[in-house]
Amino acid sequence: MTDNLAERRLIAVIEDEAPIRKFLRASLGAEGYRVAEADTVQSGLRMITQEPPDLIVLDLGLPDGDGRALIVEIRGWSTVPIIVVSAHDQEREKIAALDAGADDYLTKPFGVGELLARLRVAIRHHNNTTGLESLSQTYRHGPVRIELGSRRVFLDQDDVRLTKKEFDLLALLARNAGRVMTHRHLLKEIWGPQSTHESHYLRVFVANLRKKLEAEPARPKLIITEQGVGYRLAESEV
Amino acid sequence: MQDDRPTPEQMLARLQTEGDDASAVKRRGKLKIFFGYAAGVGKTYAMLQEAQRLKAEGHDVVVGYVEPHGRAETEALLDGLERVPLRQVNHRGATLNEFNLDAALTRRPEIVLVDELAHTNAPQSVHSKRWQDVEELLQAGINVYSTCNVQHVESLNDVVAKISGVVVRETVPDDVFRRADELSIVDIAPDELLARLREGKVYVPAQAARALERFFRHENLFALRELALRRVTERVHVDVETARHGRGANDVWPTGETLLVCVEPSPSSASVIRAAKRLANAIQAELVAVHIENASTQKLSSESRNRLLNHLRLAERLGAETVTLAGDDLVEETLALARRKNVTKIVIGKSEATHRWFFQRLSITDRLIQDSGEIDIYVIRGKADGDSVESDSSAAHFATPFNAARSFEWVGTLGILGLATGLASLLDWLNTSEANIVMAFLLGVVCVALKYRRWHAVVASVGAVLLFDIFFTTPYYKVVVDDAQYLVTFVVMMFVGLIVTALTSRLRETLWQTQRNTRQTEALYQLGRKLSGINGQQFLASEAERAISELFQVQAIVLLPEDGMLRPVLHRGASFAANPSELAVARWAFVHEKIAGRGTETLTASQATYLPLLSPAGAMGVLAVQAEDVGPLFIPESRRVLEAYASQLALALERDRLAIEGQAATSSIEREQLRSTLLASVSHDLRTPLAVISGASSSILHANSKLDTATQRELLETIHEESDRLSRLVENLLRLTQLSSGRVEIIKEWFPVEELLGSALGRLEHSLGSRGVKVELVPSMLMAQCDSVLMEQVLINLLENACRYSPVGTAIEIRGHQQGKRTILEIADHGPGILKGDEERVFEKFQRGEQSIADSRGVGLGLAICKAVMDVHGGRITVSNAEAGGAVFRLELAADEMPPTTDENTENEHIGGIQS
Repeated sequence: MTDNLAERRLIAVIEDEAPIRKFLRASLGAEGYRVAEADTVQSGLRMITQEPPDLIVLDLGLPDGDGRALIVEIRGWSTVPIIVVSAHDQEREKIAALDAGADDYLTKPFGVGELLARLRVAIRHHNNTTGLESLSQTYRHGPVRIELGSRRVFLDQDDVRLTKKEFDLLALLARNAGRVMTHRHLLKEIWGPQSTHESHYLRVFVANLRKKLEAEPARPKLIITEQGVGYRLAESEV
Repeated sequence: MQDDRPTPEQMLARLQTEGDDASAVKRRGKLKIFFGYAAGVGKTYAMLQEAQRLKAEGHDVVVGYVEPHGRAETEALLDGLERVPLRQVNHRGATLNEFNLDAALTRRPEIVLVDELAHTNAPQSVHSKRWQDVEELLQAGINVYSTCNVQHVESLNDVVAKISGVVVRETVPDDVFRRADELSIVDIAPDELLARLREGKVYVPAQAARALERFFRHENLFALRELALRRVTERVHVDVETARHGRGANDVWPTGETLLVCVEPSPSSASVIRAAKRLANAIQAELVAVHIENASTQKLSSESRNRLLNHLRLAERLGAETVTLAGDDLVEETLALARRKNVTKIVIGKSEATHRWFFQRLSITDRLIQDSGEIDIYVIRGKADGDSVESDSSAAHFATPFNAARSFEWVGTLGILGLATGLASLLDWLNTSEANIVMAFLLGVVCVALKYRRWHAVVASVGAVLLFDIFFTTPYYKVVVDDAQYLVTFVVMMFVGLIVTALTSRLRETLWQTQRNTRQTEALYQLGRKLSGINGQQFLASEAERAISELFQVQAIVLLPEDGMLRPVLHRGASFAANPSELAVARWAFVHEKIAGRGTETLTASQATYLPLLSPAGAMGVLAVQAEDVGPLFIPESRRVLEAYASQLALALERDRLAIEGQAATSSIEREQLRSTLLASVSHDLRTPLAVISGASSSILHANSKLDTATQRELLETIHEESDRLSRLVENLLRLTQLSSGRVEIIKEWFPVEELLGSALGRLEHSLGSRGVKVELVPSMLMAQCDSVLMEQVLINLLENACRYSPVGTAIEIRGHQQGKRTILEIADHGPGILKGDEERVFEKFQRGEQSIADSRGVGLGLAICKAVMDVHGGRITVSNAEAGGAVFRLELAADEMPPTTDENTENEHIGGIQS
């Protein structure tokens, strides 16, 4: 599956640090991706327009401009997945980039495993939304099984009782498994556009879900907290 | 060699000159004046020709203001030149076109043409005179071309008036000419000028036609032409001299000589001042104008006082340094000042030498000549020309209507004389000797002299002699005496009376002077003392405002710069301080470091007067003074005191600022020390993981083939772990920098503690390894109000600390509960615990627990960051030892509200099947 996904796909890397480009080139190349590189916003934009890539890895701290503005511009004409790379203390930048239309983010320093997982998820979701691959109706992770069609959740073989909103939340996360979902986005989808500020509701619901689904709620494996940004459901194992 | 060494004063003077030079050359624009001897010689034409030439050469020339006077030739020359839009002023129904200073400053051309330098601006203009506009342009670095006629030169004003019989009121200070970089004479023969006048080529306004008729007479024009040419020649001479000395054009004149002129209230003084200026010009000397104040100047009529003020202003306009001194003896004070200022020549008017004392044999002029030593004295016959001195309507009006008091004083004088006569009659009746009767009258005269003024005493002396003659000498009741002896008595009596009068009068003046000085000194001292004990701009300003308001009976407001804007420190609602145009005047005074506003030469239309608060470091702010009548503030002595107050305040403000800067410097030194300690401490912590990474990676690179896969993997895992550690260290460093700079903005929200712990534990997966973590939260949905990112870091640091200081394999316990609005969290390990007495110290920066087990790696920053984060949250962190052993870190987070209800059953609509 990995090979299938990677096959000859073009990844555009816009990053000003040469060592990071080198590391990305090596690890992505080894996975069968083609890599195009640029080190500024301007040259990046030129590169993207010359040969549209299948995914863009964009550093937010480029020397010649605001990465966020670039995302907005690209989103003006393309739905190509964008993964932003940023430093750890830049929660606001991350959220702003996600709000502007980025698909996911990576925090420096990051490992190859993490990078490839994000790439995989982003490409798969892109294909789903463009209707190339039908959505898997069942999510599996460890003992947890979510059946989106019948709206049922199982822990091993036991049916788990969830409230309607809990299920909606879980289903939304499951449909976007592996991808970060911002607090704002989740609140808007589940509670409606006017509730985007009352994020503690969301946290309580997530805590309840964890109690029902996680073996050790204080060390969650299923619903991962992205501190200051949002939540991410672990990738489905199917 | 020794003798050639410059004196400190000379060195200082040179330094100042050089300083002025350097900055002036850098910024100041150049002024070129087209100079003529009468209207119609073609100044404007010449200026425009030059402008066209410069424009053709590619210079940025702009017309600021040109008055073509309807002459076609001149108008033709205006073609193709950019014009700054004029400012239209409505004045008493008429629309006046004025030069637009602001527009010119905004346009910032290379060269701007501004015709008629001597022009008086319409009321409500920024400056009352156009030459002041030009001065501002020059200061802004814009070059200016302007025109002027000889009769407008201030120091030549009276000479021109004498030649032509026409008094010109629009004048330009000599200083402006002196500082002009170029003086270009525009000259045609008087005959030709007259011919042009007849042909109607010279524009003559109808109302001025008659005066000008007088003006444009052949002999007048010759004299004026000579005057103008001479002026230019003088200027050329100076240029040559300065060129010879290799100095810049804007330099002060060679300061070989200094000339001092005495300023008096008498009408003739103005012409003496002008004559002194001309003399100073001729010998290239600096001019100092001095006025000596004493009790008699205090008693001047309002008219004389106005004249005196105008004379002092005239001297200022002529570029003289004006000095007002207080002193009883005019001659002594003048000579003392002359010696202090290295004056070589003193100019004094002839007619002002009035005798101050009846019996003073020497006039002031004589005494000056006698005591002046090496200083030359020039005595000039002043001519009263009150006409040419502008009378300033805003100047002081000193009505001192003491008429009632005066007549009462005369009654008193008569009364005392009556009493003396009564006493004399009593003595006469007692048949005592005549000497005693004389004594009785003398007593009366002394009493009058002591009680009233000099003239009363003089009258009393004469009266006493008459009374003695009429009532006590034969023949009685007649102003004649038979005995010639009595004449001696009369004369002696008269003289004794006058001497007593003079003595008491002088005593009184000295007393008055001393009292006034003491009062002012006392007030100044009080203010200085108070200000020196006050810190903070507001308090300084309020104290100064109070003191000044009290002493001068005015409303005083201190304006200080705040975010680049001048604002009143207090009394923001004061009528005039809230007015933006008033603030603009204050701003002008502040920027130009000159007095402005009502009663001054600049922006006179404003409601208040603005004094810059000047300290050695520059203007600290502005003192605004408002009163019904600002006249009294401009009496030299008042103004001096006011300025002294202003400078006291300025010094106090500067002291305050320096103190604040000093504090900032100290704290920045502390920060610097902290930073270096931090670097020293951190470099060790950075090096360790770097050494491991570098060592492990190099062994993989160099010994690749010799290492088995398991070892390789082990090395790679080490690299990965150490990178993680390094990353956390960098994170901690960043956070600490943010926290200690105060730039951290915390966003407090309610979080389930479980979630915070979850993400922290998730990030420590590697370090925790197989260690058990027991979490016990009551209630299970325990909430905490905090900034999640910062709190996550606190938890990571505490958990890492617990890992480091407890044996591998022992569990870490986390307990949490709610206490009212507070959330309590405890993190306990099973290590050796904390040393007694170290409970506070561990949270200090760069401390590491003493009994670190084997592995001493890690950062001394962790706990310091925890403390800093808890501090910004308004929470607490403490550490203690558990009874069973091991350290327990306790976090207390205070919330400003109760945690939100977390009832999970608010929504009962369940889906799914069996309840688990």
